[in-house]
Amino acid sequence: MSQAQLDQMRAEHPASSPLSIHDMTVAYQRKPVLWDIDYDAPAGKLVAIVGPNGAGKSTLIKAALDLVPRISGMVMMFGHPYSQQRKRIAYVPQRGSVDWDFPISARQVVEMGLYRKIGWFRPVTKKYRQQAVEALDRVGLVDYADRQISQLSGGQQQRVFLARALVQDADLYLMDEPFIGVDAATERAIVELLRELRSSGKTALVVHHDLQTVSEYFDEVLLLNMRIVAAGPVKEVFTEENLRATYGGKLALLEQVGHRMQLSEMGE
Amino acid sequence: MRRDSTRLLETDDSPLLNERDGTNSGSSRSGICKTSPPLTKGGIQGGYVLLGLLVVLGLLIFPESLSAQETRSVSDRLIRTLSLQDYNTRIVLMGTCLLGISGGVVGTFMLLRKRSLVGDVVGHASLPGIGIAYLVMEMMEPGSGKSLPGLMTGAFVSGLAGALCTLAIKHYTRIKDDAALAIVLSIFFGVGVALFTIVQRMSTGNAAGLHQFVFGKTSSLLADDVKLFAVLAVAVIAVTIFLFKEMTILAFDQEFAHAQGWPVLLLDSLLMGLIVLVTVIGLQSVGLLLVVALPVIPAASARFWTDDLKRMAWISAGIGGVSAVAGVVLSATFPLLSTGPMIVLSGAALFTVSLFFGKQRGVVTRLRRLRQSRIRHGRLDLLRACFEHLEQNLPEGMHLHSEQMTERMLTLNSLLSRRSWKPARVESLLSRAVRDGLLLREGEAGYRLTDEGATQAVRAARNHRMWELFLIRYAEIAPSHVDRDADMIEHVLSPEVLEELETALGQQYPHLRVPDSPHMI
Repeated sequence: MSQAQLDQMRAEHPASSPLSIHDMTVAYQRKPVLWDIDYDAPAGKLVAIVGPNGAGKSTLIKAALDLVPRISGMVMMFGHPYSQQRKRIAYVPQRGSVDWDFPISARQVVEMGLYRKIGWFRPVTKKYRQQAVEALDRVGLVDYADRQISQLSGGQQQRVFLARALVQDADLYLMDEPFIGVDAATERAIVELLRELRSSGKTALVVHHDLQTVSEYFDEVLLLNMRIVAAGPVKEVFTEENLRATYGGKLALLEQVGHRMQLSEMGE
Repeated sequence: MRRDSTRLLETDDSPLLNERDGTNSGSSRSGICKTSPPLTKGGIQGGYVLLGLLVVLGLLIFPESLSAQETRSVSDRLIRTLSLQDYNTRIVLMGTCLLGISGGVVGTFMLLRKRSLVGDVVGHASLPGIGIAYLVMEMMEPGSGKSLPGLMTGAFVSGLAGALCTLAIKHYTRIKDDAALAIVLSIFFGVGVALFTIVQRMSTGNAAGLHQFVFGKTSSLLADDVKLFAVLAVAVIAVTIFLFKEMTILAFDQEFAHAQGWPVLLLDSLLMGLIVLVTVIGLQSVGLLLVVALPVIPAASARFWTDDLKRMAWISAGIGGVSAVAGVVLSATFPLLSTGPMIVLSGAALFTVSLFFGKQRGVVTRLRRLRQSRIRHGRLDLLRACFEHLEQNLPEGMHLHSEQMTERMLTLNSLLSRRSWKPARVESLLSRAVRDGLLLREGEAGYRLTDEGATQAVRAARNHRMWELFLIRYAEIAPSHVDRDADMIEHVLSPEVLEELETALGQQYPHLRVPDSPHMI
């Protein structure tokens, strides 16, 4: 990242934004799936990331967290690169991304959110175990703390993941499809939790698939389909026209050029 | 270095590769039958005794003819081994026990990180390293080719290279995981075999012992080797304990670990390094073909016993240690059996025991749980049938009171007509319910519910109907279809679910009153 780029980024994006993405392009197996994303998340709001399958919603979050390499562009969190801000960011991956048959209890999963704070080589002490139990209490699972995770229902597993993010006491929460495949009780619990976070000044970006509930649950929305279609307050942006643009199929040209880039990069 | 080559000539306990049996055999067979037991009693019993004795004698004689120095009986040898009288046995036991423990500990994470087959690749891929290390050392100083640290370094480097190759192939090409493993394994092994042929043609014959790495050769361990193993094994165990939490997060949720800022690549390489190290230490004992069993079998066995990672690691270490010791003891007692396979077979025996009797996931445990839940289901079915029968004879609008329920008689036939079940099943359910104190048998007249039985019957019927009502009202299932679903579901209704049903439907049906059946019974 050159100084000139950095200056340009600083000039164009407010330093106060929890998450600023500047001109970011991301590719999987050399095929671009996100093009020229430029976005500033508003502080203290609940933001839904909405778009069809394959629109790059999860990729957006992963690229922001340096989990997927970016071809170009920059990401800043609270005005600094992510590597300097890890303590202020909490990530909730998709529930399906781990093996729930793993020999570990709900509490031990939540403790993972504290591992960084505990530090290298040190064991999890009583103080941290207590914190994990408190986080489980906040998601209504305190009675399940010592259950092995495969014995939990899908919704309960999702809440364990949320508790793991809560225990980090972050300022920005990035959640990948927390509402998918959960029961009504869990959905209510997550919504309540999101509101709680907002009222204490935190920001949450949530990949969301249910269009019905967007305006009820969220303040802002980011409509995504390989590029940003629209972003802003739900009332202004979540319109039929924008939705049609988002869900009306991929832009044929983006798809086509992306595929050609992949072929040429792979030497085929 | 002289000692190494003489050692390699002494007691190669891998019969398949032993080229020098003739040099040792036949020196002393005299003391075999010193303790020939008296043959007593005739008849069939005597036949069995004789047969048993023949087997024992056979076991005594046969090994003796191959292993020259041993002149004691099986029991003597067993006692000698277990009481650690032989210096050599002591050394071997200590070394392999440490090896088994470190294998078990590392295996836990290897299994959970789904790297079991990588262990096999590492084992096979170490062969060319051994060949190259031998050649290099011979070139630098003739005769020094069998320095164990040198050979182990070679094995470590090429084992690691093999593991990295699989990862690289997976990452940079479109070849899938399983193919990458098969390709690397066979190529490295092929190169190794080719190198070994060259080594044997070139050298004056003292390279023959290199074959020990293929099948293992525990009994030749010397104190210096064991010290080296011990240091390495303890290092492996220590690293795993110190990095337990880091390895846990790596194995469970790599992406989250990465997002948290853990150096995932470094941790992953470290785990890979530990796997390679355990493999290389194990080569000497069990050989590269079997070495993957050292970490994987104990870990897989341990998973049957517990749902807790720490406990799993301990149990795995224990199983690893015990099977290593058992293997050594067996092979010291029966010198015909070489140690490596005996270690693996001991591990296999413990695996089988775990598979069936493991406290958490063993087959027997699961069958017992299944049986218990079947019994419970049967009891609920029976009680509900009792309730429905008693309820049927009531006038419209009346509800059953528990006094009425305990007074009235139930007969086998009346219950049989309730469901399409076999008389034998109803009879067995009835006699079990009598044993459990839910029903009283009144001679030929039939059965009566006890107080406890009546309470449970009301609860069973209530839960069943609550669920039916829920299905009809909220899931919009036709009343004629609802009974079968409810039959299957009601057995798994948890207290929490029942509570939710209460809030949804409970107001209309106050506590302990059973709602009318929503369909014809």
